[in-house]
Amino acid sequence: MATEEMEQLVRREYTQGFVTDIESETVPPGLDESVIAFISQKKGEPEWMLEWRLDAYQQWLKMKAPSWAHLNYPPIDYQAISYFSAPKSKDDAPKSLDEVDPKLLETYEKLGIPLHERAALAGVAVDAVFDSVSVTTTFKEKLGEAGVIFCSISEAIRDYPELIKQYLGTVVPKADNYFAALNSAVFTDGSFVYVPEGVTCPMELSTYFRINAANTGQFERTLIICEKQAQVSYLEGCTAPMRDENQLHAAVVELVALEDAYIKYSTVQNWYPGDEEGRGGIYNFVTKRADCRGDRSKVSWTQVETGSAITWKYPSCVLRGKDSVGEFYSVAVTNGRQQADTGTKMIHIGEGTKSTIVSKGIAAGNSEQAYRGLVKIGPRAKGARNFTQCDSLLIGDRCGAHTFPYQEIGNSSATVEHEATTSKIGEDQLFYCRQRGISEEDAVNMIVNGFCKDVFQELPMEFAVEAEALLNVTLEGAVG
Amino acid sequence: MLEVKDLHVTVEGKEILKGLSLTVNPGEVHAIMGPNGAGKSTLSAVIAGNEGYEVTSGSITFEGQDVLEMEIEERAQAGLLLGFQYPVEIPGVKNVYLLKAALNAQRAARGEGEMPAPEFMKLVREKLAYMKMDPSFLQRAVNEGFSGGEKKRNEILQMLVLQPKLAMLDEIDSGLDIDAMKVVAEGVNSLRDSERAILMVTHYQRLLDYIEPDYVHVLVDGRIVKSGDKTLALELESRGYEWVTEESAA
Ligand SMILES: Nc1ncnc2c1ncn2[C@@H]1O[C@H](COP(=O)(O)OP(=O)(O)OP(=O)(O)O)[C@@H](O)[C@H]1O
Ligand SMILES: [Mg+2]
Repeated sequence: MATEEMEQLVRREYTQGFVTDIESETVPPGLDESVIAFISQKKGEPEWMLEWRLDAYQQWLKMKAPSWAHLNYPPIDYQAISYFSAPKSKDDAPKSLDEVDPKLLETYEKLGIPLHERAALAGVAVDAVFDSVSVTTTFKEKLGEAGVIFCSISEAIRDYPELIKQYLGTVVPKADNYFAALNSAVFTDGSFVYVPEGVTCPMELSTYFRINAANTGQFERTLIICEKQAQVSYLEGCTAPMRDENQLHAAVVELVALEDAYIKYSTVQNWYPGDEEGRGGIYNFVTKRADCRGDRSKVSWTQVETGSAITWKYPSCVLRGKDSVGEFYSVAVTNGRQQADTGTKMIHIGEGTKSTIVSKGIAAGNSEQAYRGLVKIGPRAKGARNFTQCDSLLIGDRCGAHTFPYQEIGNSSATVEHEATTSKIGEDQLFYCRQRGISEEDAVNMIVNGFCKDVFQELPMEFAVEAEALLNVTLEGAVG
Repeated sequence: MLEVKDLHVTVEGKEILKGLSLTVNPGEVHAIMGPNGAGKSTLSAVIAGNEGYEVTSGSITFEGQDVLEMEIEERAQAGLLLGFQYPVEIPGVKNVYLLKAALNAQRAARGEGEMPAPEFMKLVREKLAYMKMDPSFLQRAVNEGFSGGEKKRNEILQMLVLQPKLAMLDEIDSGLDIDAMKVVAEGVNSLRDSERAILMVTHYQRLLDYIEPDYVHVLVDGRIVKSGDKTLALELESRGYEWVTEESAA
């Protein structure tokens, strides 16, 4: 993509998001075909895209919300949600950091979030984010030179229709599951990344999102395509807790890796978990899947999940290419009344495919979490291998952790190993550390970070440090 | 410096210490001996602040402070350190990291700043060499996969870095081979000075050959029934505990 286009895009993004005078256009709550047509028209989409959405909607109408996850929440009224709101009016937003909840600011402080980003994250109606426009522009220039396309999904639908037609919905089909179908009908935000053959993306696609994270939508759609021998590392999310009025989030992420391509997708998720009683927290129902289409392709999912009232999410890999590799490294922390049901699916189709799953769950307070993992080895997956390690750590005795490993093995030459442990944070470990002079809180952090080390070392460097800080903040007051 | 008076301790309703008194002054080395299950580990654990025990009466003071009112970490920061009979494993936490966190926490409690990294590394390497431990132990997770003897050495390494005022050592000699015993004993002896005291629990004379105690106490059934100098240990070695028990019952 040409540099000017990139720059234009940047300008447009910011214009859309942060100029004060935008008329807020919100459709009334409810969902029907006219709402979908409205969204499609607002996004300036071609006719085929609208048809795609309507088809998804028709399928969604026939589906039922999943009830098997280990979660408890009141039924969601889908007619009470507004499915399109243009950038919100800034009238209700805090005018300066002085008006922001001091607790939130305290958290930013502890996380070491740069000053100029704090305002944006807290939703303050100032143009603080403009500080970063120049940063973003240089960033875009570099990507343009490498031939990497990186833009919003709406932009991609208008400018790269062939790529969209070729790939959208091929990894997560429209009717894959209830939330994916809903997302397919109504998605409004999200990103598109295309890395051409032989190109290694010259930077982590992350900084951009830290800055723009405050703009995260309710129904995001992300599509990343890595051509032969291409590589990209993408970081989604933000360690800072975000203000968000939308309770339901249902994103879809599709990754396509062709021959010898490598996609590393890291997520740090820290949405509002609700108050002590769990009121007002975000429901996060995400479908993330990678398709390792090419031989020797590789996808690594790394996630640190600390936020949301309810999380339902299983980043998965379909290992189609010969000798392709899927990895899943996850840390999920729940405190208060949070509930998390996460895990992964590794579908081995090709010969010699390999997958690794390392899941670390930490439950504190009254929280509940479940790990659910499926390893499926197809009949053609000769010599496939999986290694799963799944550890849970409980802090206190009012929380719970559950492990549900599923295996479907259709090939006798496959090797599948599973290790699981559940332990309470050791009173003896705490005593040992404190008896050396370390405070209880620091001791908990130390033990928990030690427990998560295998996953943290998979994160890009700067985020590993942030993730540790985030964990410490999340578990504050979890003991004692 | 340490004053234990008429201490009664119960665990899950069962009385373990039944009126134990003990005074330790700076510069002294005390050895506590006694049959299995007598309450020796209980004593050091209670002084260190282990919350699994309930103190029903009696008092413990350390340099005039009421120890029973202090948090576990405050006791350690005040200079009361326990070398564990069974050191605990902490997966994923590097040994060197624990040392650093502990040292800096203790310094912070004394109002001192963090020790600069180069100075810290120099200190640790020096002590490591003293304990004849390979530098690779610093990068390994705390006690994870350490042999029994290596764990004990590691306990003393921590003592050498943290320089406690009162080092309590619970069966630091168990599981040590003869060479390791010497190394550990030398480590402990290097802590001895006129300001510091050592309280050690052991079953064997052999350790006392290397670390000569000023006092030997016999703990039986929750009480100290006899105290003496180092010759008492030799007598115990040849005669066992029964005569002490009978003598005290008489
Ligand atoms: N958590 C507990 N629950 C029940 N009994 C306990 C508990 N902890 C200690 N005890 C009991 O208290 C008594 C004293 O134990 P302690 O470990 O202090 O003995 P000790 O003198 O150190 O013995 P040893 O020489 O074998 O190390 C024992 O009878 C032990 O079984
Ligand atoms: Mg003992």
